Amino acid sequence: MAETQIKNFTLNFGPQHPSAHGVLRLVLEMDGETIERADPHVGLLHRGTEKLIEYKSYQQAVPYFDRLDYVSPQNQEHAFALAVEKLLGVEAPPRGQYIRTLYAEIGRVLNHIFTVCAFAMDIGAMTPMLWGFEQREILMEFCERVCGARLHMNYFRPGGVSLDMPAGLAEDIWAWTEEFPKCLEDLEELLTENRIFKQRSVDVGVIDAAQALDWGFSGPCLRASGVAWDLRKAQPYDAYDRVEFDVPIGKHGDCYDRYLVRMYEMRESLKIMQQCLNEMPSGPVRVDDRKISAPPRAEMKHSMEALIHHFKLYTEGYHVPAGETYTVVEAPKGEFGVYLVSDGTNRPYRCKIRTPGFAHLQAMDFLCRGHMLADVVAVLGSLDIVFGEVDR
Amino acid sequence: MDLALRDLGEYVQAALHEVVLSVDIDRDELMLTVRREAIVRVLSFLRDDVNCQFKQLMDVCGVDYPSREDRFDVVYNLLSLTHNLRIRVKVQTDERTPVPTVTGVFSSAGWWEREAWDLYGIMFRDHPDLRRMLSDYGFEGHALRKDFPLTGYVEVRWDDEQKRIVYEPVKLMQDFRNFDFLSPWEGVQALLPGDEKAKSGEKR
Repeated sequence: MAETQIKNFTLNFGPQHPSAHGVLRLVLEMDGETIERADPHVGLLHRGTEKLIEYKSYQQAVPYFDRLDYVSPQNQEHAFALAVEKLLGVEAPPRGQYIRTLYAEIGRVLNHIFTVCAFAMDIGAMTPMLWGFEQREILMEFCERVCGARLHMNYFRPGGVSLDMPAGLAEDIWAWTEEFPKCLEDLEELLTENRIFKQRSVDVGVIDAAQALDWGFSGPCLRASGVAWDLRKAQPYDAYDRVEFDVPIGKHGDCYDRYLVRMYEMRESLKIMQQCLNEMPSGPVRVDDRKISAPPRAEMKHSMEALIHHFKLYTEGYHVPAGETYTVVEAPKGEFGVYLVSDGTNRPYRCKIRTPGFAHLQAMDFLCRGHMLADVVAVLGSLDIVFGEVDR
Repeated sequence: MDLALRDLGEYVQAALHEVVLSVDIDRDELMLTVRREAIVRVLSFLRDDVNCQFKQLMDVCGVDYPSREDRFDVVYNLLSLTHNLRIRVKVQTDERTPVPTVTGVFSSAGWWEREAWDLYGIMFRDHPDLRRMLSDYGFEGHALRKDFPLTGYVEVRWDDEQKRIVYEPVKLMQDFRNFDFLSPWEGVQALLPGDEKAKSGEKR
């Protein structure tokens, strides 16, 4: 029998591929159907956010954070708001903190619905996407009602939130939190014990606790590997130290566990939202410091000083004392950090954005090695990658 | 929190006194500045020592201070799940001197170091795969340096005649508007001629 030369071949996955979750270009070195090496090329959606922020005042920088992870915009703003507050040495008033916690959890549910449904669609289930997006639509309506924008909210500002909740919104959110578990049950009915779903996700892309730590995992991906670590519990911010919730963890660190952790987290989020609605105090939603937050419109009609403050805030902005901070929040995807360096002027000197997706995507090579080509899609879907935040 | 950080800072300084240049605590955050050549040793110590247990490297990034001789800071943010503490380690370098890579200590450092190379031009010695990370294939320059203009140097468009993408020098239809809202009278010391005599210390 003649000896034949067998060669590995290279496969380009993306950047135009429906399950590449955006613009990932994945160069796969294949041995038949088996992956020998995966080399993700990122940066096709790089917009230079960090550079742009260096040229904007602190208040103008907030909307850039919406456009990082566009599936859950408010959680990104949260990190920046907390970082600036830390440097300024101010704290949002209690009502502002509760509203932020409430909306951060809305962001988490928004994100997890999307992730779970997109993951299910990647591995063959069409229906969850249709059902889930109905719920996302309702949630985005809540966002619209509170700040006027469905997606890019620009709502969490350093010092609190930009506007108070309108009348009737709290009741509607409450009503939704009572209805949503039904939808979750329907989704679980379709997916959790589904034979095809389990065939595609159980024992695929396994990462154990030590490896997950080494690769800088955080959020649901870390918890699925069995590490009970949640920044909302460990390093609470805003109202998270005043609400009760559980942190679900997985056992195997595979795609299926990452899915399960997200499903349970949505239920916990509902608990947090209900507690926020119950315990929300009345009062101001922004710090009462005219050097940081703009005066109300009505006051500007008769007060010269208020008008000057408004003018100064919307042209020069406020000066942030020199210093640096690395402030984190538990975003739905994991630890979202802002490393903010201030030189005492009205613009950030350096604003490094630490996104969870970047670390997770880095482990693609590790997770995919030895798997089949079709599993790449499952791993990618379960890691919850959004290119807005990976590429920045 | 503050007390735990101070204890940790003193502990690390005692254990690594020959390479730790300074220990600061600012706004409940602990910051170490260490010698560039010792970064691998410092991070290995922080990861493995029983009192530190910083098992996660959460972030590596560069910061540019063009006025300094060693113009770049490389900042490593570490997290200890066991003790629920964070620490920030800094080293300084310039455009030519490479920093030892820490990919051997934390696998997650790989991409962040590539990013720092891409955006700042900070070199990392022995890095297994130091390619550009975020910018375009064949991009020239390092975009996050303070002396790199916000608009960049080239713009890209699809050329319908050549049927390919072409790069051209940036042409702005409108001048780049860089609003400087810093008020000239705030924070500036009013210096009147002759004021310096008052501080010169010479009594007349």
